[in-house]
Amino acid sequence: MATVETFEVVAPGLLTSVQDKGRFGYGRFGVAPSGALDSFSFRVANLLVGNPENEACLEITLMGLKLKALTVVAIAVTGADLQACSNDKPLDMWTSWILGKGDTVSFRGLKGGCRSYLAIGGGISLPEVMGSKSTNLSSKFGGLDGRPLQKGDILSSNSPYLHLKTGGSTFPQAWIPPYGKERHLRVILGPQDDQFTEKGKKTFLGSPYQVSPDSDRTGIRLTGPMIERRPEVSESIISEGVISGTIQVPGDGQPIIILVETVTGGYRKIATVITADLPLLGQVKPGDTVTFKQVSLDDAYEALREMEGRIKGFKEGISTLP
Amino acid sequence: MFYQKLLYRSMGDRSVIVELGDQISPEINRRVRQFAIALMEDPAEGLVEIIPTYRSLLIIYDPLKLNVVRLKNRIEDLQKQIEGIQIPEPKTVEIPVVYGGEYGPDLEWVARYHKISPEEVIQLHTGTTYQVYMIGFTPGHPYIAELPKALITPRRETPRTNVPHGSVAIAKNQTVIYPVESPGGLHILGRTPLKLFDPFQSPPTLLEMADWVRFLPIEEEEFKQWPR
Repeated sequence: MATVETFEVVAPGLLTSVQDKGRFGYGRFGVAPSGALDSFSFRVANLLVGNPENEACLEITLMGLKLKALTVVAIAVTGADLQACSNDKPLDMWTSWILGKGDTVSFRGLKGGCRSYLAIGGGISLPEVMGSKSTNLSSKFGGLDGRPLQKGDILSSNSPYLHLKTGGSTFPQAWIPPYGKERHLRVILGPQDDQFTEKGKKTFLGSPYQVSPDSDRTGIRLTGPMIERRPEVSESIISEGVISGTIQVPGDGQPIIILVETVTGGYRKIATVITADLPLLGQVKPGDTVTFKQVSLDDAYEALREMEGRIKGFKEGISTLP
Repeated sequence: MFYQKLLYRSMGDRSVIVELGDQISPEINRRVRQFAIALMEDPAEGLVEIIPTYRSLLIIYDPLKLNVVRLKNRIEDLQKQIEGIQIPEPKTVEIPVVYGGEYGPDLEWVARYHKISPEEVIQLHTGTTYQVYMIGFTPGHPYIAELPKALITPRRETPRTNVPHGSVAIAKNQTVIYPVESPGGLHILGRTPLKLFDPFQSPPTLLEMADWVRFLPIEEEEFKQWPR
């Protein structure tokens, strides 16, 4: 396959990094999965331009990225509406869009959600580190030498011209998740819900929580009514493994939703966001409000099958590459 | 103490924590490792990841491929024969450390706290063979225990925001090594020139769960000239 230079970074924006599905199987070495936070938008972006669904994309946070195309290339922008423009004119999101050599793509600022995903037809040519191209920003490896994009970076892709025929392919409007300022997250109680009082659990399930500014890819910090733990249990527990979506409650009673940059923790978890709602966590930003709703395991699996059904339906409906 | 029966704590719809006991002990930790190795040697279809820690395992699975009831049955089968499962002997690793001064800014404080000399703190810290109980927090970050009783120290009242990589620190009955610069609430006794994490090596970490660790005092000159 021919590797072709496809983009030059004109401005990196607030925080743009290379992410794929994530790095799995290394948790026992303390290595977090990283990966695209809104995995649904990420997978759809890849499918739109004819990539394997787990190919590396750009994860763009809030605003400011500007790229220049170095050749004719197919791209797709999904996820948050950051007012993506091509040559300063609005660009259709959730669509395979063809850029000519010298065309620019820029992200002017937030209208809804938090993170956009930009897939390039032919992917991003980078070596895998421990099985993934995802950037581990805190330990500085993967992606572009473990760092966010910077001005002057050149991105290359494999055989981008093979992907031009996806141009115009569009993801069904009805299947695009809403990105409002209020998020209702479905949770399953546990693993340590037995160590909170009934009042504590009621508070958690019945109160709105505000997203605090010191949230990042490691966790979403929330502020709101204090969640009461049982008086006989201590503030921390013996450290154990954690997954993204689990909601830990430190001594101050203010919940933190764990995301993808950590693998162990020493606080009690009252509940865990269901897999089908994890993509929404990538679109939560400081100032938003979240509420939690308890569901059953059956509800969780039904929601997951429904989400996978949308991906599968789209996959089967679009033309595949030779 | 070991639980009579394994305790399962579901974490959401795609993972379960299997708890083996109620405390930090070498026996429970060894059993955790036996389970982890046995499960990884013959992974069930849909098993994504196993994270062994002090007294429990986190098992992450793909719920569309692996049914949690089947997973629990597999663990219960293992539990019946766990005593007989042979696991490789852990390795012993010597960690060179330059103690005190700018490398160990809390050495003097710890000595004063225990009313002993800094030299005695170093002797105590280097005079014990420790066990790695788990790797976590950041890549390659080992949780090592148990400190000699005479070195058991409460955590710092104010955590540091930037602990240099390689720092060797203590709190409660544990000692740790920081692989990357990170915040930390432990007392820093010294620093090692060894690299604890390298994403391009296999395995990527110097230490693994159950390894034996000894600390060796070195001079500042040796630290500076250590091949890196």
